[in-house]
Amino acid sequence: MIDAINVRKDFPILSATVHGKPLIYLDNAATTQKPECVIQTIDELYRTSNANIHRGVHFLSEQCTQKYETARETVRKFINAEKTSEIVFTAGTTSSINLVAASFGERFVASGDEIIISEMEHHSNIVSWQLLCERKGARLKVIPFDDNGILLINLLDSLITERTKIIAVTHASNVLGTINPVKEIIAKAHSHNIPVLIDGAQAAPHGNVDVRDLDCDFYAFSGHKIYAPTGIGVLYGKEKLLEQMPPYQGGGDMISTVTFDKTTYAQLPLKFEAGTQNFIDAIALGSAIDYINKTGRQNIVEYEQKLLGYATQKLSEIDGLKIYGKADQKVAIVSFLLNDIHHLDTGMILDKTGIAVRTGTLCTEPLLSHFNIRGLVRASFSFYNTFDEIDILCENLKKISLMFK
Amino acid sequence: MTITQIQEQIIEEFSAFTDWMDKYEYLIELGKNLPVIDEKSKTEQHLIKGCQSRVWIDAEYIDGKIIYKADSDAIITKGIISLLISVMSGQEPNEIINADLFFIDKIGLHENLSPTRANGLLAMIKQMKLYALAFESVQKK
Repeated sequence: MIDAINVRKDFPILSATVHGKPLIYLDNAATTQKPECVIQTIDELYRTSNANIHRGVHFLSEQCTQKYETARETVRKFINAEKTSEIVFTAGTTSSINLVAASFGERFVASGDEIIISEMEHHSNIVSWQLLCERKGARLKVIPFDDNGILLINLLDSLITERTKIIAVTHASNVLGTINPVKEIIAKAHSHNIPVLIDGAQAAPHGNVDVRDLDCDFYAFSGHKIYAPTGIGVLYGKEKLLEQMPPYQGGGDMISTVTFDKTTYAQLPLKFEAGTQNFIDAIALGSAIDYINKTGRQNIVEYEQKLLGYATQKLSEIDGLKIYGKADQKVAIVSFLLNDIHHLDTGMILDKTGIAVRTGTLCTEPLLSHFNIRGLVRASFSFYNTFDEIDILCENLKKISLMFK
Repeated sequence: MTITQIQEQIIEEFSAFTDWMDKYEYLIELGKNLPVIDEKSKTEQHLIKGCQSRVWIDAEYIDGKIIYKADSDAIITKGIISLLISVMSGQEPNEIINADLFFIDKIGLHENLSPTRANGLLAMIKQMKLYALAFESVQKK
């Protein structure tokens, strides 16, 4: 079992005070805080090892290249991919999805084709496909969810047609917390020879991800949500598909040879890594994964599930508080509204008590439309949060409730 | 009272609050007491872009003075608008256009609001001043 009090010592920012109160950071679904080892990795790299990777013949370049490729191997193991050639470094989940929408879409999607997403997608996993649909004259179809926030995957059969070219769904909802039965969705899609992209932004921080067990064709996630720096992310893609897809962006590092007549491209994964890569943060992502592995992914899951259970129970006890997202299988995210108090009002006052939550549309306007609301307050937890912090959140919510009476 | 005098009065009132909870309680109170505006005025045209909450501002020009009416779906935002209205409503266009709204900074609203929300506040002020510019140009004709 995780000892959060001890774990917190690894995260310098968690001892901060805001507005004179100890910081209670419950905005982990937006971004996680960074442990000392990740901060040190970045600091040391710039002080001792910084040099552009791959093409350099000098000592520092080769050393940096090696660290970058070691990080790729660390990521491969983290999601249990078969080969490092299937691990593409990107800027984050959004750029991973855009890469697939642009490149896979260019190769495989034509006018009249269909793409299936779900009603609970983050805007990143909606708009990227809408742009593709507009470019190609394709059509977007949507798997709905019920009022508990559970996907109605029994409707998938009726949505799939022979024009369906790809299905893109989130592993876990950034608002409802729902963990979707993606393995089942993938199996069904594959029975129709349709590839599946999984948005893993909210699942990667909270549990084991095994792309071979899932058998997904693409898996996208962000470094900054798993204790690594911002600006680095991962796209996993099956080699067979990545090979068939055209390059997304052109530039240095992604080429084999260039002439004005004809350019040939580099092997995977470099074909999709044009220009100078964010190698410092990729290496720091490796450090973050090492830290997670050291803490123990199963320990993290068990502790966060306890936090989620406790938070759900305590928040439910508050008069007039309504939780959105009541699936049995959830990651540690609780979104709610307090009476008819505007989400912004709740968030602004919580801020003054030292509590960081997210408010607003949470980048999921279609999801909010399902409930006919304009915004939510979201508390999202990490293994460095404590049960005491949940108590303080609840006490303050009760006070806020009285302030608005 | 002039715009400057009203602002000084607000600063005086806020100086009594020792912590943010008191300030917010007061803003909530002001928000609740802001006269409701006609639902018909809550149109896209009166909606201010750049706010996390929705804000509508309408204005009338009566006897050389501008009367503002506003609403928001968030109460604290409404409280802030209420302060803006008490400072600017009933003043002449020229006074409003040239107003230096120093009270916002003095009562800690500007420095304590995040950039996105501060933009909302700035957008509200900009909209109010735009009304003044429009009415002033009508007046000149």
